[in-house]
Amino acid sequence: MSPLWCYLTVSALLFCIGLAGALTRRNAIMVLIGIELMLNAANLNFIAFWRFSEHPETQTGLMFALFSIAIAAAEAAVGLALIITIYRHFRTANVDKVEDMKG
Amino acid sequence: MTLPFAIIAGLTVGSAIAAMSLRNMVHCALSLVLTFAGLAGLYLQLNAEFVGFTQILVYVGAVSILIVFAILLTRSTEPKDEPSTVTPWAGISVAVGAFLTMALAVLASPVGKRLAAPAPEVSVKTLGQKLMTDYVLPLEVMALLLTAAMLGAVIIAMREKEGK
Repeated sequence: MSPLWCYLTVSALLFCIGLAGALTRRNAIMVLIGIELMLNAANLNFIAFWRFSEHPETQTGLMFALFSIAIAAAEAAVGLALIITIYRHFRTANVDKVEDMKG
Repeated sequence: MTLPFAIIAGLTVGSAIAAMSLRNMVHCALSLVLTFAGLAGLYLQLNAEFVGFTQILVYVGAVSILIVFAILLTRSTEPKDEPSTVTPWAGISVAVGAFLTMALAVLASPVGKRLAAPAPEVSVKTLGQKLMTDYVLPLEVMALLLTAAMLGAVIIAMREKEGK
């Protein structure tokens, strides 16, 4: 089995790819996909630290990852609903062109 | 580093890069599905079978379908020759800086060299018992949150009636 640093490096890579996407893409859906990637990288860290901990039988890391997946699902649903509403209103999903808060 | 880990990790990171850099957004969503599946494979390698299958159900099954729906519903009418990114070098350098910081921290830490303990006995039964005893309050809060998020998403995305 690979040592812990392998998993942590993959997780860091995924986080930074998501960060780069969320910072550079202009479409709001792509920004949301970047945020999902960052959340998944955090989940991988939870699972890896759980597996390599001194007492994996307590299952704390597993529980944390499960709750984190549920929160991410709720976040994706609300985020995409917001993007669809913004698209209907402004006729664009480009975050640079959505400038006024008043309808 | 073992060969199965290298294959899955390479697939995951490669498809994540594709998901963030491709121009066609449907292709991005499909690469994202591959990333989520690769992560599920990594969870299975780490003896977290239940979380791995939850990942497949929730992410590969639900979230990616939701993203595809959103992409199709917001098909852009903008000109195609417009760049899809804005000032990419600033964002990419921030991300590379963050990665270098994290990688140096991981490689310098003694925790990173740690090898896994023998595989723990984790059955779905013990997980369910824990959820119903020690973690019952977070579980109920999560149920409330998911209900609120579902109602909120429906109400936000509902089309307003004419003349309102």
